Amino acid sequence: MSEAGAELASILAATLRLAAPLVLAALGGLFSERSGIIDIGLEGKMLGSAFAAAAAAAATGSAWAGLAAGVAAAMLLALLHAYAAVTQGGNQVVTGMAINILVAGLAPVLATAWFHLDGTTPMLPAAARFGALTLPASETMGALYRSVIGGHNGLLYAAALAVPAVALLLGRTRFGLRLRATGENPGAVETAGISVAAVRYRALLVTGLLCGLAGAYLSIAAGAGFTRMMTAGRGYLALAALIFGRWRPVPTALACLVFAFADATQARLQGVALPLLGVVPVELVSALPYALTVLLLAGFAGVARAPLALGLPYTRDR
Amino acid sequence: MSGASPLLRWAEPVLVPLVNMAAALLLSGAVVLAAGADPIAAMRVLLQGSLGDPASLGYTLYYATNFIFTGLAVALPFHAGLFNIGGEGQAYIGGLLASLVCLFLGPALGWAAVPLAVLAAAAGGALWALGPAWLRVTRGSHVVITTIMFNFIASAVMTFLIVNLLIAPGQSAPESVPFVPTAWMPSLGALGPSPLNLSFPLALLLAAAAWVLLWRMRAGFALRAAGANPEAARAAGISVARATLLALMLGGALAGLVAVNELMGSQHRLLLEFPAGYGFMGIAVALMGRNHPLGIVVASVFFGALYQGGTELSFDLPQVTRDIVVVIEGLAILFCGALENLFRRRIAALLDRQARA
Repeated sequence: MSEAGAELASILAATLRLAAPLVLAALGGLFSERSGIIDIGLEGKMLGSAFAAAAAAAATGSAWAGLAAGVAAAMLLALLHAYAAVTQGGNQVVTGMAINILVAGLAPVLATAWFHLDGTTPMLPAAARFGALTLPASETMGALYRSVIGGHNGLLYAAALAVPAVALLLGRTRFGLRLRATGENPGAVETAGISVAAVRYRALLVTGLLCGLAGAYLSIAAGAGFTRMMTAGRGYLALAALIFGRWRPVPTALACLVFAFADATQARLQGVALPLLGVVPVELVSALPYALTVLLLAGFAGVARAPLALGLPYTRDR
Repeated sequence: MSGASPLLRWAEPVLVPLVNMAAALLLSGAVVLAAGADPIAAMRVLLQGSLGDPASLGYTLYYATNFIFTGLAVALPFHAGLFNIGGEGQAYIGGLLASLVCLFLGPALGWAAVPLAVLAAAAGGALWALGPAWLRVTRGSHVVITTIMFNFIASAVMTFLIVNLLIAPGQSAPESVPFVPTAWMPSLGALGPSPLNLSFPLALLLAAAAWVLLWRMRAGFALRAAGANPEAARAAGISVARATLLALMLGGALAGLVAVNELMGSQHRLLLEFPAGYGFMGIAVALMGRNHPLGIVVASVFFGALYQGGTELSFDLPQVTRDIVVVIEGLAILFCGALENLFRRRIAALLDRQARA
């Protein structure tokens, strides 16, 4: 492979690695938002999972136990979100924020208490992580297959499979139909004899499951342990991708890939002078996803229509 | 209607936050217990570290100053029905404008540097809130989402500016050269060696001004009417657009003033990531203080004490890090905000029975 080709391959492979947690979290957010619940708590659910996964993997030495703990933690946080937002009819934005801040404090407190390492978990050995997989027939296929698509951990492939799975679930199943209807017109759903609360609880549990996978990806697959604030705003970036993808699975995943590509190239552009552009201010590149999302929301780049009932607590008429 | 009796009107807004905070503190105590430490001892360290001597009290009020600014920055828009999560970014851009005045005009301005830099901080915050406010008014964009996005944009812009342009020459730490001493916010030396400065009385003054605006002025009435029922406000001839712009820009200006306390009052230079979560803390403060300026001042002193006391925790109780303060912050938002109805109905019913008896 030529030097430029190798460079491109490594940027593309990095793009996939950076996109995987975004895709999982954004698809998670898709479930809660399409059911009518604003989810700015993706960050906290991911962070909670990242901590629980790393802590359980460190304690048991098993990556699978870590994954189970991570998913369970994120689903518990999702249940708390559902209890406050659905059962108590509380403000959904406030609930999401509470989860983000609570977990940002709780994870390092527990990490310090359990592992005496000032807010982190111990470095995980290879056996307690999801390592790189070698895809079948790697020897015979081309470089693209070997070094871009191949050689990632299992959770990255799970993220890739989640996209068609979510698209099918949302577009082709009864649960998906009810979910979409609940986000648009909960009154009509209730009239049809379906409980809006039950649909929203289920939607948030799926959100928890997917955020759990995203958090575990960070701490026990891509990384080797939990560190303070290791989600670093990815939950908010996933929310931006969800809006940018207009609350639909495939465009949302594509938005994650675009954001991840910008991130992957930015790291390589540091101090490099490009033809025509000159030296790119790399710090500003990281603002692009957010600026683009604002422009889209403002209707300057197509129309982004949120689910109609998004953010409105549903109370049954008596 | 028992709600009209004077006892109930006062008991409910005082009792409900107290019960909510008690629940938050009890759960935090359980976390401390789970971490293998004694919650009572932890509380004693927090109190002693925050109020035990004059300098600690000075630090407590210094942090409280930030929280009054960011709490009001959440509360004013809230009264207009808008949720401002953009305090972080607004404080950051306020810090940029204030620092530009201090760094480049400070030497020439003499005594005028401080008032001008204070105005610049407010203007910077208001300017950064103008974006989401304008998009709300003209395009109907969701303020929660746009203010979150503006936080990240501010962070990227400021990193770019500080790392590339404003950094002190020949230095690797991402911070500017020090401001000239004439551009420092005068210290309040009465409370021993602490960074407490003139920003604290300024914050109290602005809390009082916020009360006057909200409940004694026409513009404040319009703002609250727009928040309570935009349709009715419109029908009564109130401009909801003007109320939205006013509420968010005043909120932004208040958040911008964090820079006055933090940069002009204490650090005396511009540094990377100086808003450090103060903007988010404003949400907890506003919710605990029920969006009332007096409540916000009380809640700010409470969180200021926790914040200052938290720095002492790691010395005395190595099992508990100062992150426990963030846990309390999160639980306060949960109980005072998301779960505000959990105890309120019960307390209201209880008071109702008392009033009848």
